[in-house]
Amino acid sequence: MNDLSPERDNRIANLKGLGCSRKRVEDVRFTQGKGNYVDDIKMAGMLHGDFVRSPYAHARVVSINTDAAMALDGVIAVLTAKDLEPLGLHWMPTLAGDKQMVLADGKVLFQGQEVAYVVARDRYVAADAVELVEVEYEELPVLVDPFMALESDTVLREDLAGQTSGAHGERRHPNHIFLWEEGDKAATEAVLAEAEVVAEEMIYYHRTHPCPLETCGCVASMDKVNGKLTLYGTFQAPHVVRTVASLLSGIEEHNIRVVSPDIGGGFGNKVGVYPGYVCSIVASIVTGKPVKWVEDRMENLMATAFARDYWMKGRISATKEGKITGLHCHVTADHGAFDACADPTKFPAGFFHICTGSYDIPVAYVGVDGVYTNKAPGGVAYRCSFRVTEAAYFIERMIERLAQELNMDSAELRRINFIRKDQFPYHSALGWEYDSGDYHTAWDKALAAVGYDTLRAEQAERVEAFRRGETRKLMGIGLSFFTEIVGAGPVKNCDILGMGMFDSCEIRIHPTGSAIARLGTISQGQGHATTFAQILASEIGIPADSITIEEGDTDTAPYGLGTYGSRSTPVAGAATALAGRKIRAKAQMIAAYLLEVHDNDVEFDVDRFVIKGAPERFKTMKEIAYAAYNQAIPGLEPGLEAVSYYDPPNMTYPFGAYICMMDVDVDTGETEVRQVYALDDCGTRINPMVIEGQVHGGLTEAFAIVMGQEIAYDEMGNCKTGTLMDFFLPTAVETPHYTTDFTETPSPHHPIGAKGVGESPNVGGVPMFSNAVHDAFRAFGLKQSHMPHDHWRIWRIAEGLGLHG
Amino acid sequence: MSKKMQITLTVNGEAQDLLAEPRELLIHVLRERLNITGPHIGCETSHCGACTVTMDGKSVKSCTVFVAQANGASITTIEGISTPDSLHVLQNAFREHHGLQCGFCTPGMITRAIQLLEDNPNPTEEEVRFGMAGNLCRCTGYQNIVKSVLAAATEMSAAREAAE
Amino acid sequence: MIPAAFDYHRPDSLQDALGLLQTHGEDARVMAGGHSLIPMMKLRMAEVPHLIDLQAITGLRGITIDGATLRLGAMVTQHEIIEHAGLSCAAPILREAALQIADPQVRYMGTIGGNVANGDPGNDMPGLMQCLGAEFTLVGPDGTRSVAARAFYEAAYMTARTDDEILTAISFPATTGGYAYEKQKRKIGDYATAAAAVLLTRKGGTCASASIAMTNLSDVPVWSEAAAQALVGTACDDTAIKAAMAAMDADIDPGEDNRGPVAFKRHVAGVILSRAISRAWSRT
Repeated sequence: MNDLSPERDNRIANLKGLGCSRKRVEDVRFTQGKGNYVDDIKMAGMLHGDFVRSPYAHARVVSINTDAAMALDGVIAVLTAKDLEPLGLHWMPTLAGDKQMVLADGKVLFQGQEVAYVVARDRYVAADAVELVEVEYEELPVLVDPFMALESDTVLREDLAGQTSGAHGERRHPNHIFLWEEGDKAATEAVLAEAEVVAEEMIYYHRTHPCPLETCGCVASMDKVNGKLTLYGTFQAPHVVRTVASLLSGIEEHNIRVVSPDIGGGFGNKVGVYPGYVCSIVASIVTGKPVKWVEDRMENLMATAFARDYWMKGRISATKEGKITGLHCHVTADHGAFDACADPTKFPAGFFHICTGSYDIPVAYVGVDGVYTNKAPGGVAYRCSFRVTEAAYFIERMIERLAQELNMDSAELRRINFIRKDQFPYHSALGWEYDSGDYHTAWDKALAAVGYDTLRAEQAERVEAFRRGETRKLMGIGLSFFTEIVGAGPVKNCDILGMGMFDSCEIRIHPTGSAIARLGTISQGQGHATTFAQILASEIGIPADSITIEEGDTDTAPYGLGTYGSRSTPVAGAATALAGRKIRAKAQMIAAYLLEVHDNDVEFDVDRFVIKGAPERFKTMKEIAYAAYNQAIPGLEPGLEAVSYYDPPNMTYPFGAYICMMDVDVDTGETEVRQVYALDDCGTRINPMVIEGQVHGGLTEAFAIVMGQEIAYDEMGNCKTGTLMDFFLPTAVETPHYTTDFTETPSPHHPIGAKGVGESPNVGGVPMFSNAVHDAFRAFGLKQSHMPHDHWRIWRIAEGLGLHG
Repeated sequence: MSKKMQITLTVNGEAQDLLAEPRELLIHVLRERLNITGPHIGCETSHCGACTVTMDGKSVKSCTVFVAQANGASITTIEGISTPDSLHVLQNAFREHHGLQCGFCTPGMITRAIQLLEDNPNPTEEEVRFGMAGNLCRCTGYQNIVKSVLAAATEMSAAREAAE
Repeated sequence: MIPAAFDYHRPDSLQDALGLLQTHGEDARVMAGGHSLIPMMKLRMAEVPHLIDLQAITGLRGITIDGATLRLGAMVTQHEIIEHAGLSCAAPILREAALQIADPQVRYMGTIGGNVANGDPGNDMPGLMQCLGAEFTLVGPDGTRSVAARAFYEAAYMTARTDDEILTAISFPATTGGYAYEKQKRKIGDYATAAAAVLLTRKGGTCASASIAMTNLSDVPVWSEAAAQALVGTACDDTAIKAAMAAMDADIDPGEDNRGPVAFKRHVAGVILSRAISRAWSRT
C-alpha cells in the first residue's frame, strides 16, 4: 500500500496502537483513590484472621493453649495444625515439589512461622486474641548458614527422615534438597585446567525481599447455599491458585472463583500460595462467613517469599588475549525451611543456566545445591525471570574479575566475547537458543553516549588526586551488559504444578465496534489495560480507547499462568495478537461479502478492509462488527469473537547495556550515583512511556538491592530487618536520576516481535551498581565484596585495603 | 477492649459522628468505618506514607494517629480533592507524566504533593524530592512523580498569575 | 500491628494532666505528637493503659524569643521550628537539625518535647540540647523545676524526669558564631549512624568558645567538653580538629547494630565531627 496521505496517518494515530505513548487508562481510577485492592473489599458479616507466629527460628512446639483467646469476646475460632489435620490441610504442597506446614505441626522452622490462626469479629479483636494464645516452645539448635547446614547433625526437616531422594533427585544429607546440573562438567574442568588465565571468585547474592507496597492478603468466602467458594486475593497467578485450591480442598474447580483485584505491586512476592490463604479458606468453610486476612509489613518481610540467597562459586578461563574459553559455576542455594521456590517444575534453579550471559562461551557447567536452613521459605523471582538476576550478577562480576586478571579494560573484554549478530539464533553451552540480538551495536551506542573514555580519564585523575591526599572520594564506573531470558515458556519444558506455561486471550467485538478482551495474566502496575489494548488496536483496527481489557477473574478470563518473569508481553501479548488475527480473518470474509468480492480481493488497512487497488471502496471495522451481528452471511456463524491459547516456541531474550558513575566516600562509605544510562532492547516497543516507567522502577529496585536492601538474620535466626526502618526502600532523595535509551531488535518468533521489559532493569541494574562500587576500588586491588554495599560494608572495603591510613 | 468514645470528624467537608475505641487508628476508621479506601496501609510504622491524609492543614500518616487524637479535626483524603468531572491539576499531571504504576502509593503521593505545593508553590526539583521523601513508591523510581509535581506546580503558578 | 486497648484523656490544662498522672501512676503516659510512642504501642512493646494526650494544653505551645533567651513549648513541632523565621535567626542550628529529622509528615506531628523527653538515644534533639546548654522545665505535683539538658539523660529511655512530671518547655540562649548539625544516615527517615552538633565563636583568628555534642553514639547523648576544649584557642586547623576528634572518641560508646560495627561508627563519628567543625568554623 502506498497511501501515505495525512488522512491515513490520522487513522493510525486514532487507533493509539503499537508504538505510541498512550496515557494509561488505569490512572483515571488510581489518581482518584478508586483502585480496588484486596483490603478494600468488604463483605457482609466478614470476619478477620490473624496469625500467632513463632518467635523462634527452630523449636519444638510442646503445647498450644487457646482457651484464653477463645474466651475473648468477638473471637470465633482459633485454628491449629490439629484442626487442619483431619482435612489434610496442615501441610500443603509447594510450587517446587516440596511441602510446607500451613500451621506448625510439632515444630517451627523459622522465625515468624505460622503457629495458630485466630478468627475474630474485627482485626482489633483478632490482634488481642493473638496475644492470648499461649504456646510453649522447646528451643532447638538453629542453622542459618547453608554450608554449616550441610555439615550439621541437626535435622531440620524431620518429616523427610530417611528420604534420600526428593522432587529433583538425590538428597545426600538430611538438610540437602537437590543437586541440579547442566552443561559438560568434564569438558569444562579440562578447559579450566589447561587455561592461560583463570579468574576464580565466590560471589554472594544476598537474601532480599520483593516487598511490594501492598502486602499479601485475601478474602475467602464460602457460600454454603450454592457450594461456591470465592477467593479474592493478591495473586499474580489467579488461575493456578484456583487449581491449587481445588486440589487442596476437594471443591470442584467450577465451584471456585478466584479474583485478583487491583494489586499494589507484586515483584514476585505474590506468585506463591501462603498459609494465610489456606487458613482463610478453611475458616470461611468452618464459619460459613467471609474471612479476610491481610498481613502486616513485618509479617510480609519475615514470612512470605524472600528472593536470592545464592552463594555462587565461579571459575572463568580465557586466553591471554581475553577470549573466554570456559565457565564453571557451583551454587549453594539457601532455600530456607521449605523449598517454596516459584520456578517451572523442571527447573529447580530456575533459568540460572543463562549465566553464560551475553558471551560466546564454548563450554560451561553449572551445579546448584539446594539447602534447608532455619529461614523463611521462598526463592521467588523478585523483578526478574527465574533466578536470572542471580545469573546476570554472577557473569557480570566474573567478567570484571577476569578483566582484572587479564589487566584489561572490562568494556573491551565484553566486546571481544559478545555473541555476534550473525550467530543468532545462538545455541549456548548450557542449552538455550537465544532468539535475536545485536550486542555490539548496543554496547557501542552506550559507551559513546556516556563518553566512556572521558569517564575513564576522569577516574584515573581522581585516583591520582586521592593518592595525593586531595580528595577522599573515589569514582566508580559501573558496566553491565545483560541478556534476560523471559516469557516462560514453551509447554514442552515449562510447567507449574503440571500446568503448561501458555497464556491466553479471548476477544469479543461488540456490534457497535468496540470490544472487550480478557487475558490469563494480571497487571500489578504494568499497565496491561493500556498496552494490551494497543496491541489489539493495531491488529484489529479498533481504537484502543474502545477496547476494555479485563484480567484476574477466573470465572470470566481464559486460563492463563499469570504475570511474573516478564511473561505477559511475550506470552499473553502474543496470544492477544493471534486472537486479534483470528478476528481479522473473519472480518476479512465479512468485508468481502459486504463488498461483494472474493475474500482474497480485500486487504486490511489500518482500521478497515479495502478492495485491492481500489482503496476508496472499503468497509471499516466498525461496519464489519455491526454486520457480524446484523447480517446472515452464508457460511459464517454470527458474531465476532476469538480465543487464542499461545504456547511460545521459545523464550525471548531481551538485552541491554547499562552504565553508571558513582562517587564513593572511603571514610563514611556514603555513595552518590551521579549518572545512570540504561539502554534496553526489548524488541518491538509497544508503549515507550510505559517501557521507560518500567525501566525507572526496575533500576530503583536494583539500586535498593545493591546499596542496602537485605533480609538479615542473627545467629539465633532472628530476622534483623523486619520493618521499613531497617529494610532499605529508597526515597526520592536517595534515588538516582536515570537516562534511558534503546535499540530495537525484534524477536523473530513472537507475533509482533516484542520481548518483555519489566525485569530487565533489575537484572542489568544490579551488576551495574555493584560493579561501580567494585570499580571504584579496582585501582587499589579490590577483587570481590559482597552486597549489599551499604555504608559500613563500603567502609570495611576501604579499611581492608588500607585506605584509612 | 476499652470503652468506645464519641468521635466527631470533618472528613472531606462532611461532618462524621461515630463511636470508636480510642486506640483505633485513623486509617482504619477512614477505611473501615467511613468506607474511604483511597488512603492505603503500606508499612504501619510511619515510613511509607501510603496512608497520608491532610489533617488541619498538615500532611499526616494516618496509620500513626489514634482516632481519639484526631477527634475534632478536619481531614481531607484523595477522595476530597476533586470530583470525577473536575480533577485536581496534580491528578492530571500524574497521569500525563506517568507518575504512577500500581497505584497503591498514589493517593498518599498526591495528597502529600498538594500540601507540599501549598507550603511551597514553586519548588525546585531538589525541594520536591525532599518534600516527597515521606512517601515511598516501589514502581516508578520517583523520576516521573517528581516530574508530575513540578509540572503541576508550573501549571498552578501560571493559573494563579493569570487570575491576578 | 494493632495497639492494645487504652483509656484516652485529653486534658486542657497542665493541672489536669498532672492530676491524671497522679491518679493513674505507672499506668499513665503523656503523649505529644505520638510518632515515637504510637509505633511502640502498635508493636505492643509499650503498654499504656491510660494515654494522656497533651495537644489541648495551649500553654505547651509557642516559641518565644526574649532578648537572648529562647523558649520553646514542649508541643512545638519540628515543622514549626523549621518555619519560624525568628528562631532561624536566633539559633539557626535548630532548623538545620530539624530538617534532618524523619520526613515531612513526621515533622508536622513530631514535637521538640517528645523528641527530648523520651530518652531515645536515636533522637537528634537531645544531642543538640547538650550542645546548646538547654534547660528543660519540668512540672510535677511539687511544682516547677529546671534541669540542665546535660544532666537529664541517665540511660536509654531513662531520664531525670520522674513519672509524675511533665516536660513543659525547653529554653536556651540564642547562639552566636558558627554552627553546624552534621548527620550521617542510611536514608531519609533513619536515625543517625552518627551525628554531631557544633557551635563555635571566633575571636580574631582563633576559636574563642566551642560546644560539641554527638548523637546515637552511646545510650545517652554525648556532650564532649574535652572535644570542645581541644578547639578553643586554635584556628580550628587540621591538628586541632584531630585533637577534638580524639577527645570525642574517648567520650562516646557506640554499639553495633544494622548501621554497622563499633569501629565503623567510631570512624564515622570522627569524620562527621570534623565536617561539622569545618562547616561551623566557616560560618563564624
